[in-house]
Amino acid sequence: MTDNRHVDDVTGVETTGHEWDGIRELNMPLPRWWVWTFYVCIVWAIGYWIAMPSWPLVSDYTRGLLGYSQRATVAAEIAAAKSAQAQYLDRIAANDLSTIRDTPALLEFALAGGRSAFAVNCVQCHGSGGAGAPGFPNLNDDAWLWGGSLDAIHTTLRHGIRASDPETRINQMPAFVRDGLITRTQANDAVEYVLKISGQDADAVAAGRGKAVFSAQCASCHGADARGQHDLGAPNLTDAIWLYGGDRHALQQTLIAGRGGVMPAWQGILDPRTLKMLAVYVHSLGGGE
Amino acid sequence: METAAPMTDAPMTDVAGPVDTVDVRAVNKRENRTLYKKREKIHPRKARGAFRKFKWFVMAVTLTIYYVTPWLRWDRGANAPDQAVLVDLPGRRFYFFFIELWPQEVYYITGLLILAAMALFLTATTVGRAWCGYSCPQTVWTDLFIAVERLIEGDRNARIRLDKAPMSAGKIAKRTVKHAIWLAIGVLTGGAWVFYFADAPTLLGQLVEFDAPFAAWLWIGILTAFTYVFGGFMREQVCTYMCPWPRIQAALGDEETLIVNYDRARGEPRGAYRRGASWEGRGDCIDCNQCVAVCPMGIDIRDGLQLECISCALCIDACNDVMDKIGRPRNLISYGSIAAADARARGETPKFRWIRGRTIIYSAMMLLVGAVMLYALLTRESLGLSVLHDRNPLYTPLSDGSVRNGYTLKISNKTHDGRNFVLTLDGPAGATAMRVGGDTAGAAPHFPVGPDQIASFRVFVTVPAGALTDESAALTMILSDPGSGTRAVEETSFRGPAK
Repeated sequence: MTDNRHVDDVTGVETTGHEWDGIRELNMPLPRWWVWTFYVCIVWAIGYWIAMPSWPLVSDYTRGLLGYSQRATVAAEIAAAKSAQAQYLDRIAANDLSTIRDTPALLEFALAGGRSAFAVNCVQCHGSGGAGAPGFPNLNDDAWLWGGSLDAIHTTLRHGIRASDPETRINQMPAFVRDGLITRTQANDAVEYVLKISGQDADAVAAGRGKAVFSAQCASCHGADARGQHDLGAPNLTDAIWLYGGDRHALQQTLIAGRGGVMPAWQGILDPRTLKMLAVYVHSLGGGE
Repeated sequence: METAAPMTDAPMTDVAGPVDTVDVRAVNKRENRTLYKKREKIHPRKARGAFRKFKWFVMAVTLTIYYVTPWLRWDRGANAPDQAVLVDLPGRRFYFFFIELWPQEVYYITGLLILAAMALFLTATTVGRAWCGYSCPQTVWTDLFIAVERLIEGDRNARIRLDKAPMSAGKIAKRTVKHAIWLAIGVLTGGAWVFYFADAPTLLGQLVEFDAPFAAWLWIGILTAFTYVFGGFMREQVCTYMCPWPRIQAALGDEETLIVNYDRARGEPRGAYRRGASWEGRGDCIDCNQCVAVCPMGIDIRDGLQLECISCALCIDACNDVMDKIGRPRNLISYGSIAAADARARGETPKFRWIRGRTIIYSAMMLLVGAVMLYALLTRESLGLSVLHDRNPLYTPLSDGSVRNGYTLKISNKTHDGRNFVLTLDGPAGATAMRVGGDTAGAAPHFPVGPDQIASFRVFVTVPAGALTDESAALTMILSDPGSGTRAVEETSFRGPAK
């Protein structure tokens, strides 16, 4: 080592012996307390290895004397969170939907729980904001096929639509033309009529003919005034909301081939408390009746 | 490494009067440094003079401000604390006399820090390390701890004797008293600190009854320990090894900056002085080492400007004392700039230039930042509104052909009274607003917000069919307090289907 000793000519101080482009670093003293702090850190580290999980082994790792485990901590925290939620979940289970909606603490809990359940189970069809897509209803608007009250939404959630559940909501928009119930010409006339009553541009003469077709074929479900019926899940044909599109082409498609989407029955898949929270959440999106 | 030989006793200076030569060496002299150096204890002797008096004064002022401030009261009405200076961490508020800041207004703190930095730069470039020498907490508390030490154990020589003396009842008693007082100062310091974060009288009551929150005990403990260790033991080591400021300030000074300066031209060659001897052919420095003895940093100012020098000027006091006694002019060691020293060496009268590029720039920046902060404070609104447009769905078509948009409104009521705000809209024709879970449709929606609170509301805005001419329309939300007329206006947009 003595070979490396080099004393700076200007200051008379020993250098570290390292040289960068002719510049040498002066070997300046460290204070004693600093060095001791460094040693204490080393001792601390050794103690840490012994006390805490530290060294990886081939198939395991050293567990440490204190037996600390992050996984166990997480499990304990999850259990604590679950027990903290339990009192709310019990109250959700015990109260009816309107009570939950009118109790701020329960409403807040139900909205949060409903939001997360929605994000896991519902967004695939209805979209993350519940805005739907053609064929999948927008849950934010004020038009409901089967009713938008808390109870109606809850029933739809539990039993689904055209699902395997015995109490499922079921109806049928027939494939009128394909099945030969009406002719293509009659269907086109009925479409003009629907365009007219929903405030769109229509052929007035054809619409006049279509009114008769509508009364004979459609009014039984959609109503004589075409405003639909929640009990039958029949949509209002006079408003601006169309599940499958309200233009001429889409309406012709509907009359030719029929329509009928499926919403699963969630009873049995999700627990009753989650279904209640989901109903409250969907009801809160803006269209609840 | 070579171990520095202790400086041999300075030759006795035989002069009339009570100037005694001190057997002292500058422990922080560069030649004395070794690798992994043990701290050598410095026993500063008490200095007497103008700068010592000034240091006492600054110590009294700064410590009084620190210890007394949390106890000042300031009436803010029923819904706010009456402590003049309070950092309310749980409530997320900062109270400073007439100012109350919310967390989102942290830029005021930023402005304050910029102002403080500029003030430090300005001082550093004009009067040098005045901050280090007089008002830095490390300096103030170290000075206080040394004063306590001097009171209990005596001045420099007595302390050195006591250090060397074998353990005895008297020594133990003195040491116990000294450390007890040091710890008491530490506890007071930590105590004063926590009082800034809670109502001081309440917290004091809790502390006395051992009922205070754990955080209070923890912080009192931490600050007690740091005050005790930093003021009692670390002292100059903090400045020399821990603090970045000695390094930074070197970049801020120039040849006009005041430093504590030994007048080498006048002082050298130094040497012992025999009474009645001629001053011809020798310097005024009689090598009595008084300047080294009083130095709390353990340096010899006659070695020139050094990183360790905190410019406390105690050496000036000590040297002036000596010069008076031996009948030579004062200010052999004095505050002066390098430029002034050069001027004197050339035989000119030094002139101190206060107005320089640096001082102008720093002063201008302080004025600018101060003016901006003052303006922001004076025009600070008592009502805050932020509007977040729903992103999903962007809009909802309704059955009657109208279009609805959802918004989240966050309203901050920065007064100490509850207020009921009213929302009006300026946007597409026929637009109406409705508070979700609140008012019935039709009437202008109301938003009650409690005193000193932020509340969040959902609002639906509906625009009738045909009123939208484009995919997006500008919408202005105007929130007002009918009582005071305070308004907050927020621009947002209203979205509809593609046209």
